[in-house]
Amino acid sequence: MGEVRSILEVDDLCVAYGKVEALHHVGIRVGEGQIVTVIGPNGAGKTTMLSAIMGVLPHTKGEIRFLGDDVGDTEVEQMVARGITLVPESRALFGEMSVEDNLLLGAFMRRRMGFRDHESTMSDVFRIFPRLKERRSQYAGTLSGGERQMLAVGRALMAKPKLLMLDEPSLGLAPLIVKEIFRVIADLKSTGVSILLVEQNARAALKVADYGYVLETGEMALEGASSVLLDDPKVVESYLGLGGKQ
Amino acid sequence: MDLQIALLLGQDGITNGAIYALLSLALVLVFAVTRVIYIPQGEFVAYGALTLASFQAGKTPGTLWLLIAAGIAVAILDLHQVLRARTLRKIPRIVGWNLLYPAIAAAVVFLLKPGELPLLAQIILALVLVVPLGPMIYRLAYQPLAEASVLVLLIVSVAVHFAMTGLGLLFFGAEGSRTPAFSDASFEFGLLTVTGQTVWVLGASLFLIVALYLFFERTIYGKALRATAMNRTGARLMGISTVMAGKLSFLLAALIGAFSGVLIAPITTIYYDTGFLIGLKGFVGAIVGGLGSYPIAAAGAILVGLLEAFSSFWASAFKEVIVFTVIIPVLIWLSLTTRHVEEEE
Repeated sequence: MGEVRSILEVDDLCVAYGKVEALHHVGIRVGEGQIVTVIGPNGAGKTTMLSAIMGVLPHTKGEIRFLGDDVGDTEVEQMVARGITLVPESRALFGEMSVEDNLLLGAFMRRRMGFRDHESTMSDVFRIFPRLKERRSQYAGTLSGGERQMLAVGRALMAKPKLLMLDEPSLGLAPLIVKEIFRVIADLKSTGVSILLVEQNARAALKVADYGYVLETGEMALEGASSVLLDDPKVVESYLGLGGKQ
Repeated sequence: MDLQIALLLGQDGITNGAIYALLSLALVLVFAVTRVIYIPQGEFVAYGALTLASFQAGKTPGTLWLLIAAGIAVAILDLHQVLRARTLRKIPRIVGWNLLYPAIAAAVVFLLKPGELPLLAQIILALVLVVPLGPMIYRLAYQPLAEASVLVLLIVSVAVHFAMTGLGLLFFGAEGSRTPAFSDASFEFGLLTVTGQTVWVLGASLFLIVALYLFFERTIYGKALRATAMNRTGARLMGISTVMAGKLSFLLAALIGAFSGVLIAPITTIYYDTGFLIGLKGFVGAIVGGLGSYPIAAAGAILVGLLEAFSSFWASAFKEVIVFTVIIPVLIWLSLTTRHVEEEE
């Protein structure tokens, strides 16, 4: 992927919780317009990595560059202003607010920066997730698991991010919904947004991604084009099970 | 007690209750957004009332000096931070709000001779001096500890309360003040005589409550404050800064506090330390609402006002005791019925 311009470059990233280091010298690269996935078992440090990139967690060492700019010490709010949005594993929705208000707040930073396109962005989001339109006046807290994930992704899209970071979007969802979420992720690529996707569901993630990394106990164990990783015997054995390509 | 006395006490109770309701809303707001139990809320009542009284006595209120000093302190801290982070484009805003604004306010106070201005202008000028102290106090006392536990923030609140009461004594002296009523009109409804000031208090409180409701329901900043109260991390990920939300809620609380002070100044004599007791009564109302529900807090506060009025008739020596004892059954009820939610993170 040398020919694509990098949107995100992370080098030598180390994160520690107290004295316990959770991430050791991790490096990743996301090319513009690409979907890059980081797979790995529970507790490998995937969420930690996303939180550190976003600025929610401090890092002890390493460099984070977004579109060539050093954003290592940038606050979360400024990361949003620069065009990075994180959909956290917890979804972090505003439960006692309507679906519409949740979406509206997704555009908070854009509106503060003077853009007034939230209404057309919201229609785009409703086109991607028609279910959200049906539920627009319902409280977010009353939605089903799948709808909550749709709302979390839709709210992130309201910021019109250049880089969308998704933390375990398929977690705890029924297989049909998982399929729909991954279809949307694949579709988003055509709109030009770059995506960093962290997943335990390795097969689905590698199928939509261009490039993949395998994170194990805080270290990058493996990386390569998704098609290569899908056939890699180690990946097949550890993450894809014996089902082969099904 | 005959009907007339009951009506009179009821009127008193509802008038005071409306003020307590305003304060309870501010307390719920500040707690929901920042987890601060805002004991100094009452000081803003006293500062608002006494600043207005100072103007009317032809004096320069000490709150002007406090505004200038707090502005300088905030500017030093913020400029230091900005220079270290090299975000120089924030400098004009910092200088504008913390140095220029107090300077302009001072110029206005000295040039206009507020003692000769109409009441409305005096009120606006009092708010201009007192309200910005809210976000400044947030910046100085709470923002550096924003991630601390509720208990630590409560201790800070106690300290700020004592500091503000002390400064209040320094600025305004130990004597109380009472300002003239907004209007001398009075209305007869059968047995009941309603004074113009009562109508003002009720009308202004109602107006402020409706305005707050619209702010929270209709505007993006109001929604952002509610979002921060619901899910702080989620709000930050949308670009809603915790600092901005904190300053905005302290600004609203200061506005509510100072305005309440202006409203009750013609009804009761306000001393430098009167605010504490008034704020605590708003706090009882907020507790009734579990520090979470705005309408229940407001209803609780009105109940406190009524209870206070009627107990001052039957057992005036025990007035405060009765009001504050209400908190015990409420707390027992709340601890039995609400599920305890662990503090997040």
